[in-house]
Amino acid sequence: MKQEFFTVAENTYLTETVCRMRLQGDTAAITGPGQFVNIRLDGHFLRRPISVCDAVPGELTILYKIVGKGTATMAELPVGTMLDLLVGLGNGYDLSKAGEHPLLLGGGVGVPPMYMLAKKLREAGKTVTAVLGFNTAEEVFYEQEFRALGVETRVTTVDGSYGIRGFVTDAIADVPYTHFYTCGPEPMLKAVYAATKTSGQFSFEERMGCGFGACMGCSCKTITGNKRICKEGPVLMKEEILWQN
Amino acid sequence: MAELNVELCGIGLDNPIIPASGTFGYGYEFAELYDINCLGTFSFKGTTKEPRFGNPTPRIAECTSGMINAVGLQNPGVDKVIAEELPKLRNVFHKPVMANVSGFSVEDYAYTCEKLDACPEVGWLEVNISCPNVHGGGMSFGTSPEAAAEVTAAVKKVTTKPVLIKLSPNVTDIVSIARACEQAGADGISLINTLLGMRIDLRTRKPVIANRMGGFSGPAIFPVALRMVYEVSSAVQIPVVGMGGVTSAEDVVEMMLAGATAVEVGAANLVDPYACRNILRDLPEVMEKYGVHALKEIIGGAH
Repeated sequence: MKQEFFTVAENTYLTETVCRMRLQGDTAAITGPGQFVNIRLDGHFLRRPISVCDAVPGELTILYKIVGKGTATMAELPVGTMLDLLVGLGNGYDLSKAGEHPLLLGGGVGVPPMYMLAKKLREAGKTVTAVLGFNTAEEVFYEQEFRALGVETRVTTVDGSYGIRGFVTDAIADVPYTHFYTCGPEPMLKAVYAATKTSGQFSFEERMGCGFGACMGCSCKTITGNKRICKEGPVLMKEEILWQN
Repeated sequence: MAELNVELCGIGLDNPIIPASGTFGYGYEFAELYDINCLGTFSFKGTTKEPRFGNPTPRIAECTSGMINAVGLQNPGVDKVIAEELPKLRNVFHKPVMANVSGFSVEDYAYTCEKLDACPEVGWLEVNISCPNVHGGGMSFGTSPEAAAEVTAAVKKVTTKPVLIKLSPNVTDIVSIARACEQAGADGISLINTLLGMRIDLRTRKPVIANRMGGFSGPAIFPVALRMVYEVSSAVQIPVVGMGGVTSAEDVVEMMLAGATAVEVGAANLVDPYACRNILRDLPEVMEKYGVHALKEIIGGAH
């Protein structure tokens, strides 16, 4: 983890409620896909934890959904704004377990971390299938960006207004995947847990205080002991998950 | 040269800055960022007799200028703290540390304090009496002078190191509780713990925090904390450690003028992991600006 200052280089709407922000600064502390950054915003006491969509030396991309006052503040930040970020937070996905044909399942704002993961898996020469789940056609984002990586990309919408009708789990029956990676709302994660036949990795979300392991605000119980979502997570292996409710 | 050193219950501190319990773990997350030996000391995560997972999540809610937490004293229990956490702590922090202790019965407190008192790393015991008393009908030990005195006396009986009693602000008369602790043998008082608060989610119309209520901390509570430090330090002869919403070097000077011998910094560490280091960096300049040569000379200066 490092504290770094970044400059907003782009902040645009991809859909009515999802924005992309590109930030320029030192990304060296980001060790891999599945990690997050914690952003300090004027007028808000706690930082906002946001998953990393992509990181290259000198630039970081995040996609965020406007859900409350903090993300609404973020959407209004003009290009050139300087932001205080904690970077390199969380464990991230383990790429070594991917096998030859990893399957990526992202739902809504669970899609962004799948992008950098897909990129790294493609760089490692893997055959990658990504299923991006949304509620409706207007919410779809990043389909072309995944395709541009050479990823077999499928889109599902709950109302069938675009792509395959249904949930991400309705689009995987014919995929000969060797391992899976997923991020999305908890009902989706539970459905993925039930529908998948191999081992896999789940990224979880929780309200956080600090985001770096100090406050114990985001603890969860797992088969391998208590873990902090921000520190030993957000990625847990399928075999260690204990669903709480 | 600005003199930052103070003395707390007979132990010298290079400076009065102490990260508060529950916001600094056992130190090593922060030691990745800076050398935490610059601190006066720190108060480690509240420790109980048995291991505790704590409350269900969500445990955190944001507020204007602050936050609510209902972590519920998650900790591995005193035996594991001594066997696993203190050896790791010793690698990154080389000064006497403050051991924060919680309990649910008088016996719990005495048991845990006695074990930690025997650890060479521990300089002071800070006894958090905000927990519900399971044998006393669930009322917090910290809400009655009698119960507070009983815990203090029981801990003092089995320990040799200075004992600070950490008071809850959620009481009608904090001064009477501080006096009761002093009479029962406390070596110091630390205050304030968090203020009981809550938030409700407008979408779900339910409390944000799974436990419904939690402890409110952050800069919003600073004036309340300052007032209580002022009142308590007027009423007792033993040293007072002040805390509650401290975020800047100016806040530290103000807390000391109110009567604090040392100052704990809590929620600020969670939003800025460098908060304590930055306060230490800023202190000499702030002291010079307000004509303070030695911090120990301004303790209680506003009385």
